[in-house]
Amino acid sequence: MSNRKLGPSKTGTSHWWHQRLTAVALIPLIIFLVGLLPSMAGASYREFTELMQIPITPIALILLIGTGLYHMKLGVQVVIEDYVHNEPLKVGLQIALLLGTVFLAVAGIVSIIMLAA
Amino acid sequence: MADAPNRPLSPHLQVYRPQITSVLSIMHRATGIVLSLGTVFLVLWLMAAASGPEAFELAQACAGSWLGYLFLFGFSVCLFYHLLNGIRHLFWDAGHGFELGTVTRTGWAVILGTIGLTAVAWVLGLTVTGAM
Repeated sequence: MSNRKLGPSKTGTSHWWHQRLTAVALIPLIIFLVGLLPSMAGASYREFTELMQIPITPIALILLIGTGLYHMKLGVQVVIEDYVHNEPLKVGLQIALLLGTVFLAVAGIVSIIMLAA
Repeated sequence: MADAPNRPLSPHLQVYRPQITSVLSIMHRATGIVLSLGTVFLVLWLMAAASGPEAFELAQACAGSWLGYLFLFGFSVCLFYHLLNGIRHLFWDAGHGFELGTVTRTGWAVILGTIGLTAVAWVLGLTVTGAM
């Protein structure tokens, strides 16, 4: 495929497509989170760590954190592109967004694994 | 946009009467931003839980305060709205539901669904945790 067909960012429709893929994946994951939240809300430390010993809890939470943060990164990226017209600030915010998203993903997933171990 | 023309740019949002289509559209973006901030707190909460019982109790005390409940309530409203309106968007992406009457009806369905899901989730949640 020639570069002309891939648009100015040279990534084609992958941003649009990944936003939709993650949106579909998030529907069951969010329903799971909503079901989990009440048992997290008033839980003692022991109750919560016991909940994390059931494999489905950390598995779904890691999928949720990973998929949710990727979906968030794609969405916030467009918000920055739409409203920030100062070029250095725009680039700076996009870098901060990517680094911040990666940090949150690593921090969240490592925490979940520690709680499940 | 360094070469932006020095004149008003369309659309002139201030002269438009708010319509359900445009209001729900910007709400999708606004709730997305709120959910992004909420995700930061979710990760902080997980980090606190992984740090041990004391940090976990502190995070639970923050989440269980009236301010914590206010944030959680706002987060849940945004979550259900973004979920339902996101499904509406996916139908549009598949080429369905563009008729003016359908757009209005699905828009109101999203609003009513958000209110309904938020109410059900909180009543069930507060019943399970024994607060109600």
